[in-house]
Amino acid sequence: METPEGIDLLLRPAGLVPRALAFTLDLVIRAAILLALFIGLGLLGTFGMGLAALLLFLVQWWYMVLFEVLNQGRTPGKQWLGLRVVHDDGTPVGWTSSLTRNLLRFVDMLPFGYFLGALSCLGHPVFKRLGDLAAGTLVIYQEKPQARPELPPAEAQQPPFSLTLDDQRALIGFAERQSSLSAERRLELAAILAEPLRTTREEAETRIHGIARGLLGPQ
Amino acid sequence: MKQAAFERRYQPAWLAFAAQLDALERGKPPPMQADAFPAAYRQICQQLALSEARGYSSHLIEQLQQLALRGHQQFYRHRSPLLGRLLGFVLGGFARSVRAQWRYVLAASLLFYGSLISMGMLVHAFPELVYSLLPADQVAQMERMYDPDASRLGRFAERGSGDDWLMFGYYVMNNIGIAFQTFASGLLFGLGSLFFLLFNGLTIGAVAGHLTEIGYHQPFWSFVIGHGAFELTAITLAGAAGLRLGSALVAPGRLTRGAALRQAAALGIRLVCGAIGLLLIAAFVEAYWSSMTVVSPTTKYVVGALLWLLVASYFAFAGRSRHAAD
Repeated sequence: METPEGIDLLLRPAGLVPRALAFTLDLVIRAAILLALFIGLGLLGTFGMGLAALLLFLVQWWYMVLFEVLNQGRTPGKQWLGLRVVHDDGTPVGWTSSLTRNLLRFVDMLPFGYFLGALSCLGHPVFKRLGDLAAGTLVIYQEKPQARPELPPAEAQQPPFSLTLDDQRALIGFAERQSSLSAERRLELAAILAEPLRTTREEAETRIHGIARGLLGPQ
Repeated sequence: MKQAAFERRYQPAWLAFAAQLDALERGKPPPMQADAFPAAYRQICQQLALSEARGYSSHLIEQLQQLALRGHQQFYRHRSPLLGRLLGFVLGGFARSVRAQWRYVLAASLLFYGSLISMGMLVHAFPELVYSLLPADQVAQMERMYDPDASRLGRFAERGSGDDWLMFGYYVMNNIGIAFQTFASGLLFGLGSLFFLLFNGLTIGAVAGHLTEIGYHQPFWSFVIGHGAFELTAITLAGAAGLRLGSALVAPGRLTRGAALRQAAALGIRLVCGAIGLLLIAAFVEAYWSSMTVVSPTTKYVVGALLWLLVASYFAFAGRSRHAAD
């Protein structure tokens, strides 16, 4: 998705399984709320039952809408699974679109157990159910901040030839990921570059680390 | 500039921006001045583009991307004062959207009232027809509810305010649920809305015809006329919104089906929001006014007629003025 600032933002749409899990979680939470309500308000007699009917309506139809609009597009279930609802253009979901997508949930559930919704979700390139299609919304993964890896200690070196941007990023990526790779795999990957870097298979790894360090600049 | 130097230079700004985002996302007053936010956001965007062009490490780009995405979401949120929008909607926006979609409203009205009236007249002419539509025990229940003798005995008068409240809750839950279903099922190429409109029209028509035929017309009609103005209109509007969805799928015109559907949903949801409001009024009237037996049926007919007139004139005239609140 491209923004008015001319940069591309990456939205990662969530598939059927995490969404189904989030929905189940929400269902359990709602059931618990309703149970507590009926037990608590049942003691209040008819007034309590009237209130319970109103709250049942509120929980049944507005639980999702209220949470999505007031809590950055996340119901408790979605929050748990790291999902959120946004508009197609990446902006936070508003009242009308949230209401639309949640009212049309009724159709997604037809004829039983989210059959149509699942079908539409599986068939769509960014996993939209029917309600999402009509409301122009999208369920995406909530971005999580990641810890920056430390580069391995190495002397900064000059690469033997000029690097393209992709080469640069590949070399830096190798150096950053080295702690998550086994020693054999590191050797294997680095050996591919031994010849163009004019070094031996065993030396290639330290050479790449050095080049990466040289590209990033002194710490 | 080398990446490490770049990071060292801008890290404080990124941290400040992240803190600002945290505050905004939690709805707290942000530490930075609000007018500094756009500049900070554009700065992040520029730095993101720069680090992509310079081939900086993907971890740095990922971090900047997240900042830019979060900034984008805060910067371009569609926010306007809810209360003001609601007021504008009630004062004229709702009536305007209904008038703008008069074709669908007309179609839904014809379907609903047409089936209602014809079924009512049929049942009036052939009384046994009611049993082909409704199960016998439901008919018996309806008869008990509107039995003139029972109501003279004060069945309704005995209800305390607690019961009125219970009925209010029940009506809200039940009727708005029906309206939502009528709207949503329009997504099935309009067939669902068609079904709900006809089904409700036929049922209500059958009950009305039956009760009139067996001589219970006084309690029945005086009961329904008041809230009917709001309730029946709301069901029709929800049906019209559903038909709008269906027709967008069947005949999208020059748009793709997806775009037509999104447009139809955005317009239809306005009708549904209005229908929710009407149904809330209807539930209130039904629970607290229609059930009263102190007032004579004549008064109820007069008030009911006035309410119908009120609803009709709202849709006819509200929001026409040039200076209507928007």
